[in-house]
Amino acid sequence: MSDTVSGPLTADSIAGAAYIVAALLFILSLAGLSKHEKARAGVIYGIAGMVIALAATVWLTVQGAWGTGHGLTGLILLLAAVLVGGAIGLWRARVVEMTGMPELIALLHSFVGLAAVLVGWNGHLEAPGLSPDLMAVHHAEVFIGVFIGAVTFTGSIVAFLKLSARMKSSPLMLPGKNAINLGALVAFVALTVWYVNDSQLWLLIVVTILALGLGWHLVASIGGGDMPVVVSMLNSYSGWAAAAAGFLLNNDLLIITGALVGSSGAYLSYIMCKAMNRSFISVIAGGFGIAAPTTNGDTDHGEHREITAQATAEMLANASSVVITPGYGMAVAQAQYPVAELAHQLRERGVNVRFGIHPVAGRLPGHMNVLLAEAKVPYDIVLEMDEINEDLDGTSVVLVIGANDTVNPAAAEDPSSPIAGMPVLRVWEADNVVVFKRSMAAGYAGVQNPLFYRDNSQMLFGDAKARVEDILRAF
Amino acid sequence: MTRIGIVAELGRETRVAATPATVGQLLGLGYEVVVEKGAGESASFRDDAYEAAGALIVGADDAWGSDVVLRINPPTEEEIGRLADGATLIGTLSPALRPELVEALAARPITALALDAVPRISRAQSMDVLSSMANIAGYRAVIEAAHEFGRFFTGQVTAAGKVPPAKVLVAGAGVAGLAAIGAASSLGAIVRATDPRPEVADQVKSIGGTYLKVEVEEEMKSADGYAKATSEAYNRRAAEIYSEQARDVDIIITTALIPGRPAPKLLTAEDVAGMKSGSVIVDMAAGQGGNVEGSVAGERVVTENGVVILGYTDLPARLPAQASQLYGTNMLNLLKLLTKEKDGQLRIDFDDVVQRSVTVVRDGEKTWPPPPVQVSAAPTAQTQTTAAEGTAPKKKEGLSAAGKAGLFAAGIAALFVVNTVAPAPLPQHFTVLMLSIVVGFYVIGKVHHALHTPLMSVTNAISGIIVVGALLQVTSENPVMQVLAAVAVLLASINIFGGFAVTRRMLAMFSRGDKARS
Repeated sequence: MSDTVSGPLTADSIAGAAYIVAALLFILSLAGLSKHEKARAGVIYGIAGMVIALAATVWLTVQGAWGTGHGLTGLILLLAAVLVGGAIGLWRARVVEMTGMPELIALLHSFVGLAAVLVGWNGHLEAPGLSPDLMAVHHAEVFIGVFIGAVTFTGSIVAFLKLSARMKSSPLMLPGKNAINLGALVAFVALTVWYVNDSQLWLLIVVTILALGLGWHLVASIGGGDMPVVVSMLNSYSGWAAAAAGFLLNNDLLIITGALVGSSGAYLSYIMCKAMNRSFISVIAGGFGIAAPTTNGDTDHGEHREITAQATAEMLANASSVVITPGYGMAVAQAQYPVAELAHQLRERGVNVRFGIHPVAGRLPGHMNVLLAEAKVPYDIVLEMDEINEDLDGTSVVLVIGANDTVNPAAAEDPSSPIAGMPVLRVWEADNVVVFKRSMAAGYAGVQNPLFYRDNSQMLFGDAKARVEDILRAF
Repeated sequence: MTRIGIVAELGRETRVAATPATVGQLLGLGYEVVVEKGAGESASFRDDAYEAAGALIVGADDAWGSDVVLRINPPTEEEIGRLADGATLIGTLSPALRPELVEALAARPITALALDAVPRISRAQSMDVLSSMANIAGYRAVIEAAHEFGRFFTGQVTAAGKVPPAKVLVAGAGVAGLAAIGAASSLGAIVRATDPRPEVADQVKSIGGTYLKVEVEEEMKSADGYAKATSEAYNRRAAEIYSEQARDVDIIITTALIPGRPAPKLLTAEDVAGMKSGSVIVDMAAGQGGNVEGSVAGERVVTENGVVILGYTDLPARLPAQASQLYGTNMLNLLKLLTKEKDGQLRIDFDDVVQRSVTVVRDGEKTWPPPPVQVSAAPTAQTQTTAAEGTAPKKKEGLSAAGKAGLFAAGIAALFVVNTVAPAPLPQHFTVLMLSIVVGFYVIGKVHHALHTPLMSVTNAISGIIVVGALLQVTSENPVMQVLAAVAVLLASINIFGGFAVTRRMLAMFSRGDKARS
């Protein structure tokens, strides 16, 4: 380890150099992801960085443990674990549906969290010979690492369960939930102080359970529509867990990488929150669920009009420009392929077709983009909300497929609406709006959508996939 | 199951109350549909088309004996007698103009709904048969005029000389008037329009007409969406305009109607006498007394000076297929409103202003006239503002600028204190941590929005770097530690391999437009 004093060209110094190279490659990897053209190179950088880091670490481990009995069992365990873990990882990556991407990513976050907990526990068991000062720091690091890891672990598990519909996605409403969260944090601080002074194993067990409970409660009290924020927040946590492990193990690579992941997740969360016009704190504290009663339920919005797939096809055939705004409903109905086919056919007829994506559409940042890319929709016609909003005014037809709150005019026009001030796609400015929807039920936020009752909008009820296929047949 | 009967119309009526397309949708509402033999013949809807849509073709008695009878024209005395007890008749009944018909309907234990009595509110627009028929009539009026007019509508410069464009005056810019303006201007004519409501000027302009304003003091504000009778001064000035225009234009189409009253006289015999020979007047109000002196309802009249006055009252019926389609859709929309459950059960809810307004007779009891419906947006707008004031707009409970600055300063101070008191390796670690966070923010800040998911999965793979920690512990002398470390390695490996693999898979899917389908 790097705290042993060493001359030039020892295992440690070579590993240290390798770590710096690896860290640089990780930064390049994230930078590469900023553009489509460089994205694939970015992944290569990431893989290269990981290979270098692992090779250096394995070499370091082998150097230290060669010839000893426990060293050999350790190496065998290591090899087995990497092989099994790698095989599982590759298998999951190959079979996952693109609509199931949020679940997979949430599950992967939980693994990092659990790994961080285990590393922290080992930190407790290891008890290196250190000066009392450093010992206290070491104990604090163990505690913090285990805490963050455990919160990440259960938080991600709950997110996974909610996203895969194995658990109800509505927010859990325990009385005094803010008090519970705050209390858990205060208890954590108190336990840390105690553990630093007297490092008992049971304290570690208590804090692990506390953190597991906190992670569970934190995410359970956040509703399904806020999942983009939750997933990126957990991404951030998993980074901080790695960084905490880096402090514990005196390993700069872990700190750098953890901080990169942590700040990237935080930044994504920030983007998502901005798109929902909410503060980060209120989302992670699960506050939004409370503010969404059916306040405007008794307002008379008037009558909505229905349209048939046949009539929609005619309308589209006569349109000069069409904008499609998908939402989570498109993912649920697996409608991305027929939607892509529809876009393709319209483009062949010379219709200007574009997609307008709200930042929080779907259950993962950028979820809709991935689904559309899967269905081979060219990415240069998939535009962000701010890019498309200006053009909606002159658009002939907007197809709203499985989106609701992200196209709600109340957000822009009704200051008493619970979603007032949230930036939305201004689809109602188009000449015609066709809303694909299963029923007239309110969206995730529980807010009625006046869009459906506008004079220029018509409803096409039913399963989005079946309806889009009907339109394709009608062409 | 409730049965809907589509009955044939009488006399020269060519329209039919339902088309094969609307029959299909009526079936979708849970109704059974029967069509009188030959009912759609003159609108080019053949019996087999109805059968193909799922309706049953029956004789006249069977059709009239249905639970719900759909009609276009009001029924005769004899036809009212053919309705079954408890039946519902839906059609255009003009209840305001024909009290004797209302009495006759109320004499039977039936329900009668007048499709022409829907209030002019936005949600009832889809059932407004007056608007949909007026639209057709306006178009057809122009076509009839063009047919009589011995010249082009559009101006041309040809080898055989220059042809001036026809000048058309449309009196009344309601639905029919606007349709006429649109049709005439798309044929190339110069179109002018008059209307007592100045707010229609923009609508006239938008479809290619010029609005002739009648300059008098007062203004007409209509509360129910229809024009009202006008004042003395206004009428005098308007009459002057009509006289001036009559001498200038080639074609005049008059559409002025006031509900429940005879049509206003707009053109006098003198005005007509002042028109050029070969000019055409279409008096669309001829059925209600006429806007033009000398027009005869349903007839083509030629004046002494060679002006043709058309008083046709069956303009919509001259486009039978189109008119039936729109009428049928209006009818369908009303039935949708009356069959909310889509269970084939017709229910009339008197709390709904639309349903209340159309109901002329309910179960043999006269319910005409309905209470007036306020359609002007002004009063509602007022209540809305007060409501908005009452529930104070929500403010984000975010921190103030000072609060934020305070927090920031506190954070910096805390970091400073930790670094000054912390023992040896910690400050170094903090340096690395801080720099990495800053680098992270700058690197991520430029990420394309479409790549958020790949970014997340790649950072996820990278956060599998925790494996390094576990690797360092796996060769420990403590077997418990070895096992824990091995499990950690396994979990982190899933992340690393899975994360990178899935990212590659996703990125392979993104493609540019030019390459997308090669």
